[in-house]
Amino acid sequence: MPRTPKLPKLSPRAVVLLTLALGLGLPAGLFGAVLVLSPLAQPDFFVRAVLGHDPATWPHAHLVYGLVMALLAFMLINFGAIISGMTVWWEMRVSSRMQSRIGYNRAGAAGFFQWIADAVKLLFKEDLIPAEADGMLFRAAPYFVMTGFALTFVALPFGESLIAADLNVGIFYLTAVTALVVVGILLAGWSSNSKWALFGGMRSAAQVVSYEIPAGIALMVPVLMSGTLSMQGIIRAQGAWPWQWHAFTNPAAAVAFVLFFISQLAEGNRTPFDLPEAESELVAGYLSEYSGFRFALYFLVEFGNLWVMAAISATLFFGGWQVPGVGPEVYAAAKGAGAVPALGWWGLQLLSMVVMVAKTVVVLNVIVWVRWTLPRMRIDQMMNLCWKFLVPSAFVAFVFTLLWQLLVARAPALGLVTGVVLTGAFLVTLILFGRQVKANIAAAGDHVDLTNW
Amino acid sequence: MEKLILRRVDRNNEEMILNFGPQHPSTHGVINFIVETDGEVLRKAVPDVGYLHRSIEKIGEVTGWHGFMPFTDRIDYVAAMFPNEGYATAVERLTGIEVPRRAQYLRAISCELARIASHLVSLGTMSMDIGAFTPMLHGIRERETINDLIEALCGARLTYNYHRIGGVAFDLPEGWKERTLAFLDHFDKFLVEFDRLISFNEIYVRRLANVAVITGKDAVDYGLVGPNLRGSGVDWDVRRDLPYGAYDDFEFAVPVGQGFKGTVGDCYDRYYCRCLEMGESSKIVRQALLQLPEGEIMAPKVARNLKVEAGEALSRVESARGEMAFYVVADGTNKAYRVRARTGSFTAMGIIESASPGLMIADLVALIASLDVVAPEIDR
Repeated sequence: MPRTPKLPKLSPRAVVLLTLALGLGLPAGLFGAVLVLSPLAQPDFFVRAVLGHDPATWPHAHLVYGLVMALLAFMLINFGAIISGMTVWWEMRVSSRMQSRIGYNRAGAAGFFQWIADAVKLLFKEDLIPAEADGMLFRAAPYFVMTGFALTFVALPFGESLIAADLNVGIFYLTAVTALVVVGILLAGWSSNSKWALFGGMRSAAQVVSYEIPAGIALMVPVLMSGTLSMQGIIRAQGAWPWQWHAFTNPAAAVAFVLFFISQLAEGNRTPFDLPEAESELVAGYLSEYSGFRFALYFLVEFGNLWVMAAISATLFFGGWQVPGVGPEVYAAAKGAGAVPALGWWGLQLLSMVVMVAKTVVVLNVIVWVRWTLPRMRIDQMMNLCWKFLVPSAFVAFVFTLLWQLLVARAPALGLVTGVVLTGAFLVTLILFGRQVKANIAAAGDHVDLTNW
Repeated sequence: MEKLILRRVDRNNEEMILNFGPQHPSTHGVINFIVETDGEVLRKAVPDVGYLHRSIEKIGEVTGWHGFMPFTDRIDYVAAMFPNEGYATAVERLTGIEVPRRAQYLRAISCELARIASHLVSLGTMSMDIGAFTPMLHGIRERETINDLIEALCGARLTYNYHRIGGVAFDLPEGWKERTLAFLDHFDKFLVEFDRLISFNEIYVRRLANVAVITGKDAVDYGLVGPNLRGSGVDWDVRRDLPYGAYDDFEFAVPVGQGFKGTVGDCYDRYYCRCLEMGESSKIVRQALLQLPEGEIMAPKVARNLKVEAGEALSRVESARGEMAFYVVADGTNKAYRVRARTGSFTAMGIIESASPGLMIADLVALIASLDVVAPEIDR
């Protein structure tokens, strides 16, 4: 007689505690690892400060380089995977609130472990390769997607000193590696040997390649304003207060943010640009023939990309990790003279990380709202939007910024005045938005209720 | 159709034959379309019906007159009140049974509630086909309340089997009238919210306006009925123009497509006609509940083993998917000689082939959804 394995039966309180422990512990552990590893694991620093050798002359330096790189890569890929899973959970909870349904509530309190259960289920599924498919390309495609995703974390900032590698071509590098995703999608579409997958692959190629142009031009606006391509450099060029952010110090940058946001939605295949996998038209688009772990990889990347998108937006336009009142001299002073920085410095790093993560999560949440609100565009409308509206607008914003920078160089107060005005306008918009939402809810005979999460 | 399949062998053009269905998420049931495309643009979409044929009309010749009623539910299980009503009306015309006024009112109430529920499903799935998932669940939520009401009325949530030859099966349960009126108050607000949520959404309007325009003449020629016909600007509603049952007593408007956001007869007109119709149905239910006469709910002396004089009769009722006709022929025995149901979805499928050339794949989905075809009603 087959025996079913017995799972320990937990009391509801234990479930809640376990969920809280893991739900808070996992991100805390991840961010703690980022906090500790990314400054300590800079190879030169590590060799000099922790091992006490001169990296230029010490013969085993390359070994340390390799080891540290592997460690950081392992940690960041895990970060991507786990954040992606938790985004799925968050998205499902938000969407179930928006759609008057219960949503995830089985595995763990508030269904928090659902993403783990889903991932485990997908791991155990048969890895099916259609008989008529081009086997090698079909197998290879998910890895292209995964590579394009994982590589972004190299140049993604988390805090003042918390970045795997502060490349001097940071944002350029990011746009380059994210383009690798489309190769994987195109391969998947072609190699599946299914007409639906082919449609999805072609749509995705057209869409992602087109939308990279307005995105690329739009992100030149903050680059122009800060005079560097380095992610940390762009953040350092902004201040901590909203009126010092790129998005608010230049009217064209506010426009550029909107253009960049829309283009990123399209590049990430998110509603209203989810044509490549439009389930009501193309069954599942380029994913139609995938199953098991390969399917899970695509989903991991799709949801993990939300974090990447949001973090890039926060970096370029919303001041990144800048903490109010904490300038570069404060960090330098707190670091102390020792090889390993003093405790206060770690506290400041933690603070900067909290600011960065908070901004990222806000943008991420907006992306989730958009997905569950808007319908999908048609392919010709999607192309029209890109080439007839976004590209010209991005060019105008770009040229305007060139002139604006000349103007600001003459009259530095202009930036501050614009910042204050635009921040005020933004706040007023937020308040009006909130009031409209409240009025709409009241008109439907309902009321705002946040108790039954 | 054979031509299309044969062309696949020896074509050397850029076109592609695509099997759109029968297991496709947006064919609204088991329907197949053989689609000839050039990239994203359709050359033609040929509907292939018959996957859901269950010989319901033949069953009508085998069961007795009363016994066929539960089977009529299965003709259109999204709005099962209408085939009930159509069949009952046809047999009543054949036998000359007088339906009590109260029963006629109850029929109108139950049918209009079913119409709202059916339109909610239709509009919800349509917005899902266009890519917005949230409006669908909002529609389904309201439909749940209607299902609860109808369950309280007749014990079933999907296949109601509520109408009888000569009346209806059950009277209103206690407190039902108040519950329904409270629901209607809520529902009128919901309609405004639904419009704000999706109907006037810019992307949604652009996806539907001026897409798959069906002119009034085409609509009449192809035998479109109901909201599809009215969406093309033809002002025809059986409830108003050939009144049956209690519909004489109610005041309601018949929404007609007038190019709300584009051309008369585009997908948006068909969509928005349904939106407006839900409001009118709500008005009818409210009037019927407030004017509900007292009395019997079944005609007296309808024999269990009904024997009908030889003859024939036709009934026309306005179903959620348009005019539904039942044609019954009796040969003097206790079974029908022939039962024939004429349904709106079947004719709606007919126009897809001529309306589809030049559309894109995404538009085909919108066209199918806007015609509100329901697979069991196509095939019966």
